[in-house]
Amino acid sequence: MLLLILKRIGLGLITLFIVSLITFVGVEVLPGDACTTYLEREAYGAALDACIKRLGLDVPAYERYLDWASNVVRGDFGYSLSGEMPINEVLGPRVKNSLVLASVSILIGIPLAIVLGIITALWRDKLPDIMISTITIFSMTIPEFISATLLILIVAIWLGWLPGIVIIPSDATFYELLSNIILPVVAISMIMTAHMARMVRSSVIQVMASDYVQMAILKGVPYWKMVFRHVLPNALLPAINVVALTIAWLLGGVVVTEVVFNYPGLGRLVIESISNRDLPVVQALAIILASIYVGINLIADLMTLMLNPRLKSLQIRK
Amino acid sequence: MESNLITEDKHKNKLEKAFEILKTMASKPSGLIGLSIVLFHVVLALLSPYIAPYDYKAISPNTMLLAPSAEHWFGTDSLGRDVFTRTILGGRTALTVTFFGSLIALLWGGLLGIFCGLVGGKIDDVVMRVVDAFLSIPWILAMLLIVSLLGTSTEVLIPALGFFYGKGIVRVARAATHDVIAKDFIVSARARGHSNMSIIWNEIIPNVRDAILVEGAMRWSWMLLGFSSLSFLGFGVSPPTPDWGLMISNARGLMSFAYWSVIAPIVGLSSLIIGINLTADAFAKALGIDRSTKAPV
Repeated sequence: MLLLILKRIGLGLITLFIVSLITFVGVEVLPGDACTTYLEREAYGAALDACIKRLGLDVPAYERYLDWASNVVRGDFGYSLSGEMPINEVLGPRVKNSLVLASVSILIGIPLAIVLGIITALWRDKLPDIMISTITIFSMTIPEFISATLLILIVAIWLGWLPGIVIIPSDATFYELLSNIILPVVAISMIMTAHMARMVRSSVIQVMASDYVQMAILKGVPYWKMVFRHVLPNALLPAINVVALTIAWLLGGVVVTEVVFNYPGLGRLVIESISNRDLPVVQALAIILASIYVGINLIADLMTLMLNPRLKSLQIRK
Repeated sequence: MESNLITEDKHKNKLEKAFEILKTMASKPSGLIGLSIVLFHVVLALLSPYIAPYDYKAISPNTMLLAPSAEHWFGTDSLGRDVFTRTILGGRTALTVTFFGSLIALLWGGLLGIFCGLVGGKIDDVVMRVVDAFLSIPWILAMLLIVSLLGTSTEVLIPALGFFYGKGIVRVARAATHDVIAKDFIVSARARGHSNMSIIWNEIIPNVRDAILVEGAMRWSWMLLGFSSLSFLGFGVSPPTPDWGLMISNARGLMSFAYWSVIAPIVGLSSLIIGINLTADAFAKALGIDRSTKAPV
């Protein structure tokens, strides 16, 4: 058991190591280095030499990688080029803003998804299922930037109920944030809920068809007692992993949504740093986002392990 | 059992079989709707250069932001370009890029997956670690990196998308290969002294083809989503190429006034994505593959 947990953590760390290598190599082969980008037209002669020296670009790439990696492990991402400030200071408020957005969306999305998934499964192929399933297919497949744009068009412009874009500085307080994030939260949780509701639905349907549920029905267990005691615990367990993967996958959607609503979070920083060729920030973001992905999956694996004794002896995911 | 199926397959006309799958797909309303949407878009994309009433890049100050009318069915955009023309040509861009992108993804993802599943061991471990690492970089960051690395022409976007969306197919192909590899007909092919290449071509591919194709169909819709998101963010095809993501991003600022220039590409893109999704679902069901419990990785 403990060995298995350690093994999963180890695999996660190896994954992060490869991600760091990939991004480092990727940034390394980008045309132009940090100095030519930073100095633009003045990138020649003494100025260029001084900059190369200052940023340490004259040492071989592998040495720079080791140097960078050892700093990252200690939690220091170096300096942002365009802002000329420590990356940690750039990241701090952005991480907080994105965290607020993501956690509110998840807090609304997961319970809603479970309820919708159960309803659609229990009334399978009946009117509630057909209606909800049609809506979930729509909100699941339509790109985030379209649903976000439509939300702005309908709610903000035509109805005039809420502000269309977020106009707050990146260091806004929590309360300032809350009043501004209603539309972005709706846009993100709509897609998330749809994905997860579909998985809960098929999971519940599978369990309903299993032998032990048939047995419970034959024994005369009351319907709702059977649903809550026998079906749900068994159906929601396998959904944990899938839900984690979905949340991680939606990180990309959060980026787009933040751009549409002009929300000062990590996602917009991704776009800004790539447009500005602020390579140290890009590297830091890649590591952070990959860590979130690996972390969420790890937590899901461990939760499944803790909650399901049957899986302890098996490989968790194939 | 499986080997019987394959020999039967060979005797049956391939076209006939494809037609049967199409018939099964169309027998359910959702599959029929999906198929007709995709068919509609494909036909429109093929015909669009001939039926487009205006030049897609003709800028005119006299026709700026006109509301829909008999001359301009979907109105005009902020540069005076006909939105109807750009919308139908936008479908052509989206379908071309994502179709060839999916093809590349299917090819390299499928072959690498089959190879890994077959040889196993150290090579398999290393490849799967790298694939996992790529999976854990959010798609948007990876795509942005690739695109800023190589530029934003269609010649770059198609292989980039193909490369990036192929990594998920590696997993599926590998898992499907693992399922068939222990079967008797592979063991007997080995015993007959067939080479790895011959086993892959004659024994494994016919058996894992369905799983890979279904995955590829699903990836097609995700790739369309990824491609249009990139264009929307300004990292996809460059203007004046008619493209839905680009059109939405350009028209968004003026949509409080000229909502028509944002509605047309939205309807086009949404309907195509929903159509491909419904088709892929119906395709999976017609081949007897259940994808409903899988995460969209």
